[in-house]
Amino acid sequence: MGYQFDWSLVLTGEYRDWLIDGFILTLKISGIAGLCAMILGTVVAVMRLSRVKPLEWLSLAYTEFFRNTPLLVQIFFWYFGSEALLPTALNEWLYSHDFEFVAGTVALTVYSSAFIAEELRSGVFSIPKNQLEASRATGLSFLQGYRYVILPQAFRIVIPPLISQLLNLLKNSSLVMTIGVMEVTYQARQVESFTFHGFESFTVATVLYLAVSLAVSFAITMYNKHFLRQLRY
Amino acid sequence: MRWDIVYNNLDYLLWGAYPEGPLGGIAMSIVMAVLGIFGAFWLGLVFGLMRLSQNRALRWTSVVYIEVVRGTPLLMLVFWFYFLGPVLFGYTLPEFQSALCAFIVFTAAYIAEIVRSGVNALPRGQMEAARGAGLTRYQAMRYVILPQALRNMIPSFVNQFVSLTKDTSLAYIIGVNELTKAATQINNREVVAPAEIFMAIAVLYFLICWVLTAFSRRMERHLARYQARGR
Repeated sequence: MGYQFDWSLVLTGEYRDWLIDGFILTLKISGIAGLCAMILGTVVAVMRLSRVKPLEWLSLAYTEFFRNTPLLVQIFFWYFGSEALLPTALNEWLYSHDFEFVAGTVALTVYSSAFIAEELRSGVFSIPKNQLEASRATGLSFLQGYRYVILPQAFRIVIPPLISQLLNLLKNSSLVMTIGVMEVTYQARQVESFTFHGFESFTVATVLYLAVSLAVSFAITMYNKHFLRQLRY
Repeated sequence: MRWDIVYNNLDYLLWGAYPEGPLGGIAMSIVMAVLGIFGAFWLGLVFGLMRLSQNRALRWTSVVYIEVVRGTPLLMLVFWFYFLGPVLFGYTLPEFQSALCAFIVFTAAYIAEIVRSGVNALPRGQMEAARGAGLTRYQAMRYVILPQALRNMIPSFVNQFVSLTKDTSLAYIIGVNELTKAATQINNREVVAPAEIFMAIAVLYFLICWVLTAFSRRMERHLARYQARGR
């Protein structure tokens, strides 16, 4: 033992500002990556449902590959590999514009979009097939059937798992510290190495993550209670 | 593209310096994942059953544990165990052990949820019939509910094992000698082929995870046929 706790160190002054800046960056990178992942994930899911074979295979390969490889490896791939993959001019531009942040955002976006695409697909598949058949039989076109019958139902089912994917994204964003994005885990580590008060700084970082996670999962539970009850097949 | 670099270092990626030196590479990742899932199974089973217990204190302990761990990034837990060894025990745990502890504590929370939902998924009548036949609650759990529930949970356990295999890459951050560490070492030495090296290890992870995922999907379909159902 012999460890002296000093909470004022991380709750006031410079170190507190580091942690707060880090947390803002965590929210920023998760927010941007989350938005992009939603868009990309929707595109991938639509490809999977498109009934065009090559698109379906492409989408399947995408989701399987990115879901079954570690995020950390993907981050390193985008970060270290971009030099070989992208043209030199673009790389030069990126190096002068916060390249770590871009690489981290790309990695998080691609990784999360694969999971989001799977959630969307399984949400649509969970609506019984005869719903679409019935809507076709009443004279709706294929697209109309999706637009007015399938998607409104699938949407409600999909919201809770989508939100928990976004929470996973928030937690996963801690990994971008490995390439030097100064988010909250990175800052906690910095405070630790400057002060040797890791206990306090990691507690603050953990509490910040927990606060968001618990608040959102509480909201999901409430949502499930109120809105999903009506949906039973 | 310089795939020869990957080819020349393939043995280092697969098992590190093993016969002459310490085990490393993907063999080490697998060892960590297997030990991790084994520990997490027992810890998760305990917390899962506590979650289902009638005793309020046990139930709430388990709820707090599950919610806190699931709301925290794994990387945070890895750091907790690594940097707080000195605070709690007076000495730093070796990297391997502290990463393993973090993996076990992290995965156990997810396993506890699997156990809970697996037990809840069985029809109520199973427990009632077992109690009606004169078994105590403990006996009913031990001999009637768990044997059925655990069987149905196998696919979820396999999925958890897959995530854990991916998560072992985080052990690199505190310096455990596993696949991701091996890749960064090779990358630092060779410099010219980062895209190839990280692509190669992504494929190695992918092969393991994808085979296991495919296996768990097949098993899920197979098990679904033998489940006790409610009406």
